[in-house]
Amino acid sequence: MSSRAAPGGRRFQRPLTRTETWVTLLALIWLPLVAYVMFRPALGPAAPYLLLPAGPAVIVTYIMAVRRWHESRIALIGVTLVGFWLLVAVTVPYLPIADPNKPLVPLVPPATIRQGMLFVLGSDVRGRDILSRTLWGCQRVLVWGITATAVAYGVGAGFGLVGGYLGGWWDELVSFVGNIFLSFPVMVLFILVLDVLGPSGFNIILAVTCSSAPIIMRIVRGLALDARSRDYIQAAQTRGEHPLWIMLVELLPNVRGPLIVDACLRLGYTTVAITTLTFLGLGLQPPDPDWGLMIKEAAPAALLWKYSYMLIVPSLAVSSLILGFNFTADGLREMSQRD
Amino acid sequence: MGQLLIRRLIQMLLIMLVVSALLFAIFDSDQFRRKVAVAELGGLGLATLSADDYHAWLDRRGLNQPFFVRYVAWLDQLGHGDFGQSIEKDVAVSTLLGESLSNTAVLAFFVFLIMVPVSLTLGVLAGMQEGSALDRIISFLAVFTTSIPQIATAALLTVILALGLGWVPTKSAMDDGWSFRALVLPLLTLLIYDIGYLVRMTRASMTEVMASHYIRTAVLKGLPYHRVILRHALRNALIVPVTLIFLELNGVLSQVVVVEVFFQYRGFGRMLFDAANFGDIQVLQAGTLVAVCVAVASQGLSDVAYGLINPRVRVA
Repeated sequence: MSSRAAPGGRRFQRPLTRTETWVTLLALIWLPLVAYVMFRPALGPAAPYLLLPAGPAVIVTYIMAVRRWHESRIALIGVTLVGFWLLVAVTVPYLPIADPNKPLVPLVPPATIRQGMLFVLGSDVRGRDILSRTLWGCQRVLVWGITATAVAYGVGAGFGLVGGYLGGWWDELVSFVGNIFLSFPVMVLFILVLDVLGPSGFNIILAVTCSSAPIIMRIVRGLALDARSRDYIQAAQTRGEHPLWIMLVELLPNVRGPLIVDACLRLGYTTVAITTLTFLGLGLQPPDPDWGLMIKEAAPAALLWKYSYMLIVPSLAVSSLILGFNFTADGLREMSQRD
Repeated sequence: MGQLLIRRLIQMLLIMLVVSALLFAIFDSDQFRRKVAVAELGGLGLATLSADDYHAWLDRRGLNQPFFVRYVAWLDQLGHGDFGQSIEKDVAVSTLLGESLSNTAVLAFFVFLIMVPVSLTLGVLAGMQEGSALDRIISFLAVFTTSIPQIATAALLTVILALGLGWVPTKSAMDDGWSFRALVLPLLTLLIYDIGYLVRMTRASMTEVMASHYIRTAVLKGLPYHRVILRHALRNALIVPVTLIFLELNGVLSQVVVVEVFFQYRGFGRMLFDAANFGDIQVLQAGTLVAVCVAVASQGLSDVAYGLINPRVRVA
């Protein structure tokens, strides 16, 4: 099918501004992280070396982002926050910190030395080092969050393109199914999906897709409806390109601006969803650390002022990451409105 | 207007039917029949049951029938106002629903009572002059408060207000009678996020209106500034936020789950969460239906309100 379309596209190469570099860098960071977090048992002895190239990749990505977005201060703050947590996520196995799941000394207040070990952020009820749990927790949250958002985007954009570009019955069908999903309050939908399928990371991806994809679909559908009547699409149709090719290669890259902003916001929402679900016990399972789990475990224990650090540390961690996503989105929108 | 209402009502009924049928189809699995059996007979009771006895029990409970037969029976039951019986708590689902919904309604009432005036005022103030110092401060705070997830807000507020200052109790179970002090933490947690969100939306709408030609004309013809804002700008700037307020009902219904679980407040979200955890399917089903009903109704209300207050839209 697409063989007919390919030559037409070859001839018409789009000058993508360094998109390949960005994609390569992000893949260098994301793929090892996914392999490391989701499929660690399958990796065997290779696991410890897997994340080594991701560290430099994060730094290069960060420098590129700063150089490109230096005009917006708010975007810089956002990118710095996200970059910090990404760097933590890829370097945490090599940092000289305690094992996050090993009980050492229970209820040590922050910045004290016990048994010849410095507990920078203290330890929790079961004696595990909170600094180590916070840093490791970021890895799980980021990997599942980014993956879930990416899957939701794939599904949502796919249906949105079908509905908006093809129109007619396709549009009616896609919109009706989307409306059904949208008529559930988000948390109710999460509870339902995870109760039926059982709590696990992969089911979180599914639940997030169910709730986010219809919204993404609406956005993409609107953009596609608007772009359908533009000259470049009609030119492509006249050239006889396949609808699939037009949708993916002509239409989608041209409406990417608002989508990138929305994706940043959605990364924040997904991070909230993942921590909230773990807090409710419906998401990722213990004992591996995760910020939602840390709040869940600390909530019944930290009923005194002197133990409140157990609640403060994970709350600040998750807030700073989401703040990073939201600031980036705000800065990007500001810049896109300026030009 | 009447036609729009009827169309929305039909649409709403259609969605409710599809959703409830979907729910029945989902819960028509062997795994869930087992869950019901465990809840009713106890894990040990089920383990000692032979396969034949288990099937006899399923027959007696009517769980062996195909799901659409049970669905029609359930619809009939629903028509008589009967939601069935909670397996876990051994009370009628309608009683349970009524109690938890009224608790959540109290919470939601205070949320809206404070959220609407505060965020509309702040949003209009920020949007009046884009880029002014006031705008920057309010916008920054709004992004900030909407970025903190509600579990984090709940945790931090507990630490500051309950553990540090000791002003309010840490939990809101209200075992010995209703008290407003126990409501403060869940209320603030919901407000901090929702106000930020509505402020951002109001500001965006206001800046758009302020950049329009008719406002420039009003300013240039020498009208006093407050008159331009109050008479000319507000009417158009508030259209979008007002419709969003109705949609927030949907958001609050979803946010109450985490807030009520964290503070152990006996509301709708907590009931739903408990029902999911205990496999209390009747409650989960009824609760989901109510949630969807409220959500769809709020969408309908928002559409109707939009048609009423926006003179440019005359929906057929």
